[in-house]
Amino acid sequence: MKTSTRVLSVLFSDRASLGFFGLLAAVAIVVPVLNLAVPASSPLHLSSYVVGLLGKYLCYAILATAVDLVWGFCGILSLGHAVFFALGGYAMGMYLMRQIGTRGVYGHPVLPDFMVFLNWDALPWFWYGFDRFWFALVMVALVPAALAFVFGWLAFRSRVTGVYLSIMTQALSYALMLAFFRNDMGFGGNNGFTDFKELLGFDLQSDGTRSALLVSTVVALAVTVGACRLIVASRAGRVIRSIRDAESRTRFLGYRVESYKLWLFVFSAVLAGVAGALYVPQVGIINPSEFEPINSIEVVIWVAVGGRGTLYGAVAGAVLVNYAKTYFTGALPEFWLYALGAIFVGVTLFLPRGLAGLVPAGSRVE
Amino acid sequence: MDDDTFRGIVAELGDANFREKEAIAERLLESGHPGVRDVLTALMDGRVFIGGQSAVAFVVESTAEELAEFTLLDPANQRVLGTSQPSELSRVVTNNQLRRFLRTVVPRFSLASPDAEVRLEAVQQIMRALDATAIELLRARVGLEDDERVLYEIDTALALSMLDEGNSRQRLSAVNTLSDRLHPEVYNRLSVLVGQAEDGSFVEPDADVRRAADEALGGIELARAFYYVLETAFFGLSLGSVLALVAIGLTITFGVMGVINMAHGELMMLGAYTTYVVQLLMPGHLDLSVLVAIPAAFLVAGSAGVLIERTIIRFLYGRPLETLLATFGVSLILQQLVRTVFSPNNRPVVTPTWMSGSLQINEAFSLTYNRMYIVLISLVVFGVLLVVFKHTRIGLDIRAVSQNRLMARAMGVRSEWVDAMTFGLGSGIAGVAGVALSQLTNVGPNLGQSYIIDSFMVVVFGGVGNIWGTLIGGMSIGVVNKVLEPFAGAVLAKILVLVAVILFIQRRPRGLFPQTGRAAEDV
Repeated sequence: MKTSTRVLSVLFSDRASLGFFGLLAAVAIVVPVLNLAVPASSPLHLSSYVVGLLGKYLCYAILATAVDLVWGFCGILSLGHAVFFALGGYAMGMYLMRQIGTRGVYGHPVLPDFMVFLNWDALPWFWYGFDRFWFALVMVALVPAALAFVFGWLAFRSRVTGVYLSIMTQALSYALMLAFFRNDMGFGGNNGFTDFKELLGFDLQSDGTRSALLVSTVVALAVTVGACRLIVASRAGRVIRSIRDAESRTRFLGYRVESYKLWLFVFSAVLAGVAGALYVPQVGIINPSEFEPINSIEVVIWVAVGGRGTLYGAVAGAVLVNYAKTYFTGALPEFWLYALGAIFVGVTLFLPRGLAGLVPAGSRVE
Repeated sequence: MDDDTFRGIVAELGDANFREKEAIAERLLESGHPGVRDVLTALMDGRVFIGGQSAVAFVVESTAEELAEFTLLDPANQRVLGTSQPSELSRVVTNNQLRRFLRTVVPRFSLASPDAEVRLEAVQQIMRALDATAIELLRARVGLEDDERVLYEIDTALALSMLDEGNSRQRLSAVNTLSDRLHPEVYNRLSVLVGQAEDGSFVEPDADVRRAADEALGGIELARAFYYVLETAFFGLSLGSVLALVAIGLTITFGVMGVINMAHGELMMLGAYTTYVVQLLMPGHLDLSVLVAIPAAFLVAGSAGVLIERTIIRFLYGRPLETLLATFGVSLILQQLVRTVFSPNNRPVVTPTWMSGSLQINEAFSLTYNRMYIVLISLVVFGVLLVVFKHTRIGLDIRAVSQNRLMARAMGVRSEWVDAMTFGLGSGIAGVAGVALSQLTNVGPNLGQSYIIDSFMVVVFGGVGNIWGTLIGGMSIGVVNKVLEPFAGAVLAKILVLVAVILFIQRRPRGLFPQTGRAAEDV
């Protein structure tokens, strides 16, 4: 009883948190209603396109929260989080591919289309089990976690820090991108996975499924932000922040800096994987371009725009920047890269605390 | 045969089908007319055209795409007759079979050419398709030929023919002659010789000849393996010098100023585009343009670098992660700028004649000139940098600031000015690297991105701020990459190298040659 009161007090003690979770709840209720119950002729009707777009932004928000957790609170600037996002997405994509079954172009009951196309006669071993949803879910978390664990264990133990670590994570994402572009990796080469039909028996094209996916994404985002807040507010969270501010001093005080960093990094990778898994059924495609180093860097700028070390700022930054991207790539396609470049430069020069820095100090978290 | 009959036969090509064209070519060959070689060569290159009301045949001097008008030559004596719009002429087309026929026939005329290079190439082409007439021609040539290299090739070709026609003693001596020849034809022919036919009998009945051929093959294989290693080393070193050249500018800004310049790749891109613009500005002097482009690219990229440093980076010193983000923003802006100004498509950069082609050392080993010059450019840049750092005032200032900024300032060094100059120097070298890359890959907006990660790897591997480390790091990564490529394929080799560097960094977090002293603690 005592712990649960403590949890509640951490999560809902201030107005910002109440507002944030309230807003998420409102989105989860209002958007499906406006999409499903309000007739298409009404001006209040929300099209399925908007529902999908919103779902995509919120997946990015989960990813941004994951990056904010390691960068904003522990000072680990990861330029490879798109890797964990993509790995989660691929795990979900493999499940969705197995669900297509005989409805593919070649109608093979077991092999996905691209394997038939490559003249393979049996499923590679790492595809076994992906016909079960629970197995795919486990893999969504396990694969990013395993990679993050191995990479983090090697990097943190030998005290690779700062820009070196950033460059290493970038090289990692570049290497994986090259690997996934290869056809004989068994992940569909540069076409990746697409043409998904259904998830757990629900048609992915139907409005009902799309709304359900949006609600799941909102719930996942709420859980993500809540869990991150709990971690940050705990005793371990204080150690993590002290690592960010003075790593050597924390080590000399007797804390196992590597372990804290490692577990935080692994947890953050799992969050990114979950975001990717929710993203794939909503956009309907996953391919190796998700691994591109620029994607990871873009995530960092979402966090920087919102304000790092604030969690809510990361969510706001992800949604705002991606809304701007959707708007500009539609209205002024040539202008978008100029705008994105200017955001990078402008935020680092003039808004080092991001948009959150504009909020009066009293209502700020931390 | 007089010239008019000859012109008439050539004009018949206009209406003929492919089989008839071959017959016409044979008739021309039999005519013995002095114009035959030029006409058949032109036919092979697709430069024979039919035009005018009376369907006259012309040879066109060049069919290069940028020409608005073709220069017409008389097929009989190659005199210039005038010019014509390409649309008014119809080309005499050839097919594969006809071209193959022409390829075996045309070189036989080249044997009499006064130019030894032409004769050399002719013999090499004849060797690929030896028949009785060709062998007769070569035998006749032996007495007349005075160029040693051509004689050597003829010798090889005749020995090859002797394997088919000679008695066992002649075959044995032919095998002995061939035992030090690295031509692929020789290797293939000898491999057949030592094997067995389908019915199990030996292709070569004489056991002595077989043994000699076996030994010769062993020797040739060894030599080929040796040259293969040399070639791999050369490829590796040339890739390595590109990587080192690309990375050296980074290591200067990273090591001296603690600044991660993510826009480094785009500064190289600016250098490559400078090469393109210089070529546009001096269309008549392609051979010179690259030499002009090197200082021009240094200035363009260097000034861009100074501008970036003055307007953005100087506000971010001591915050390396923020610099990384800001310069990444700059890189996006530069890429889009190039797309707006030059179009998103690749721009054609012409390789000057002195950089194209290759130095043929022997049949199994050749070095391409553009790669050789790029190794040279890298080494020169390194040499110049070492001199600048060790023996000039600005080099001294740069070293002072990188070792202890406060102390240097106290001694009267204007550290702000040194920062701007250092960044300009690093960026200028990126521009020079861009000129080199423009000779190797496509010049487009993505040129920078494809090299930036590799160059970061070189910097991290070699040790930040160390010029020698960058050189050695770049060379080792280049060579390892090229050694792995034949076994693993290009992509997998690259992945393996990346993973190897990542693992290496775990063991030596500061690279091969770590910075020592106080500066090392702050990075």
